[in-house]
Amino acid sequence: MKTNKIFISGDEAVAQGVRLSRPHVIAAYPITPQTITVERLSEMVEAGEMDGEYMHVESEHSAISATMGASAVGARTFTASSSQGLLYMAEGLHYCSGGRWPVVMMNANRSVALPWSIYGDHRDSLSLLDCGWIQVYVEDAQEALDMIIQAYKIAEHKDVLTPMMVNLDGFILTHTYELVDIPEQKMVDEFLPAFETPNKMSFEEPKNLGFSSKPDDNTEFKYQQNEAMFNAIDVIRDVDQEFAEKFGRKYHDMVEEYRCEDAEVVLVALGSVCGTIRVVVDKMRAEGKKVGLLKIRYMRPFPEAEVKDLARRVNAIGVIDKDISFGYEGTVYTNVNSAISKIDKYVYKSNFVGGLGGRDITKADIEEMFNKLFSGVENKSEEKVEFFSLNVETND
Amino acid sequence: MNHNEVHPMDRLIRADRMPHIWCPGCGLGTNFTCFLEALNQSGLDPDKNVIVSGIGCTGRVPGYTNIDSYHTTHGRAIPFATGLKLANPELTVTVFSGDGDLFAIGGNHFIHAARRNIDLKIICVNNFNYGMTGGQFGCTTPLGAKTTTSPYGNYEHPFNLVQMAAASGAVYVARWTSLHVRRLTNSIKETFAKKGFTFIEIISPCPVSFGRRNKLGEGLDEMKYYQENSVIKHGIDPNEADLNLNGKIIVGKFIDIDKPTFLDNQPKLQTPD
Repeated sequence: MKTNKIFISGDEAVAQGVRLSRPHVIAAYPITPQTITVERLSEMVEAGEMDGEYMHVESEHSAISATMGASAVGARTFTASSSQGLLYMAEGLHYCSGGRWPVVMMNANRSVALPWSIYGDHRDSLSLLDCGWIQVYVEDAQEALDMIIQAYKIAEHKDVLTPMMVNLDGFILTHTYELVDIPEQKMVDEFLPAFETPNKMSFEEPKNLGFSSKPDDNTEFKYQQNEAMFNAIDVIRDVDQEFAEKFGRKYHDMVEEYRCEDAEVVLVALGSVCGTIRVVVDKMRAEGKKVGLLKIRYMRPFPEAEVKDLARRVNAIGVIDKDISFGYEGTVYTNVNSAISKIDKYVYKSNFVGGLGGRDITKADIEEMFNKLFSGVENKSEEKVEFFSLNVETND
Repeated sequence: MNHNEVHPMDRLIRADRMPHIWCPGCGLGTNFTCFLEALNQSGLDPDKNVIVSGIGCTGRVPGYTNIDSYHTTHGRAIPFATGLKLANPELTVTVFSGDGDLFAIGGNHFIHAARRNIDLKIICVNNFNYGMTGGQFGCTTPLGAKTTTSPYGNYEHPFNLVQMAAASGAVYVARWTSLHVRRLTNSIKETFAKKGFTFIEIISPCPVSFGRRNKLGEGLDEMKYYQENSVIKHGIDPNEADLNLNGKIIVGKFIDIDKPTFLDNQPKLQTPD
């Protein structure tokens, strides 16, 4: 297959994905480390490389509101944010999914204040897991570009009509340069047809949008939203398959298993750290240790079937969380644990919380996690939530 | 050079936070010094002074100030400061933040605090763009100016901040540039002595971001521009003090009136005569 590779950052790869998807309206507010994406898009619009309108609005709240307004007249829309900006959008995020407007956004995963930090972790998007958006986490710049294109096809599907957030790790992915294949516009146009929806304002079929519902029908709205999210699972599979046939890159749907076929012990993670885990898995495999990686791509809808399937085959599962739900455990762990609890088998589990506010998760950290999982199984240790590579004394 | 020499402003600076993050040629160091000098000359007790900011390059000022200081979320400096002032009215509360923070994402708070005449000293450093995130256009960017998100020239009308402050009800409105060190310091000192919602706009160079893209030269060139193009017009209608990319900069004190503050009015309303 012919490729057209250029050396760009993750932020720029997202901008290329957006350009190829031909949105009508882009509305955004600058925030580190998302800014390069919106700067590139504004350049593309002003240079005439894109037909869409670019609105540099006065806040993130306005950005999500503007994309909803545009979506409500049948336009394809894009916005991008990060951290505090994403949280400032929160009211609009719920409103958008409830309105069934298939807005696509990029979130540059970044820590949340206080204390202030511009560096990466997953506390921003994971704290918004319940806002009704499809959430995908990518591992590199190529996946970021490809998932923007896929996101429109998934979100706009008539059985889904749900907004979608493409998450990439702040700085580690947004600012790292990689060789990225830029698909041809003609092929993207064939893959992603123009947006069509019955859920829009028009002169032919006037509609009232954004109104109240009473207690006797509100639950039905939420039921349909939930059903649409489950419908997305099949659509994600079909879209990924069609994408692979068209562009030659496959992302394994909801999750990707790496060397899990005969694994005894597996680490589960989201995003860029999966790249490091792959390296450690290869090293430990070379030493004869049966380890593997489960890369969770989608947090919503959640890959329950895939997690259960893996849990049936392994002895121990460790979950890396670049977030913490204070007073309990990491959010990814809660979700993984819930799926595992539905199978009739004991699996040793452990939650590794760390990488917060941009701290590196090193190969040594990961090897230690695998070793702790092996010893946990052997010693029948108590399952626990552990902050790793802490600089302070702990109570353990 | 005597390494034990202490900077005259040292007691008001958090020297352990130096070096600061500002770029070469930035006006913020000068603006910051004017604030400290005004505080120094005013004879006010630093322990009864608080400085509050939102996010951005200017938002870093409170972090370098050795009085109680508060770095808030983006756009929310005024609500945080309002809380401080209402809970402890004997404090002198200064909000020191940028144009993007105070007037774009936080614009709503500005007009309502001014309307209520909350006793806050607002100092806005206007560098015509979002400096910290790399130079995007904002609500003060002049028509035609180039930024990273308006590479072919901005086509949105900007705010005239002094007009907005006056129209919203501020009791004191002035504008200076980073060059007007003495006048700016005096102006800040005046607002310390004044009750009510006061507003000072400081036109400030951002040579690394805004200046470079608009061929305004180095920081010093921007200062020369201020020297040659600033026109002092005290007392004029702020409506006539519009700014544009290559025009004159009208500076001066435009509004200085007295009216009851939010707290002054409160007991009167609660106790009918």
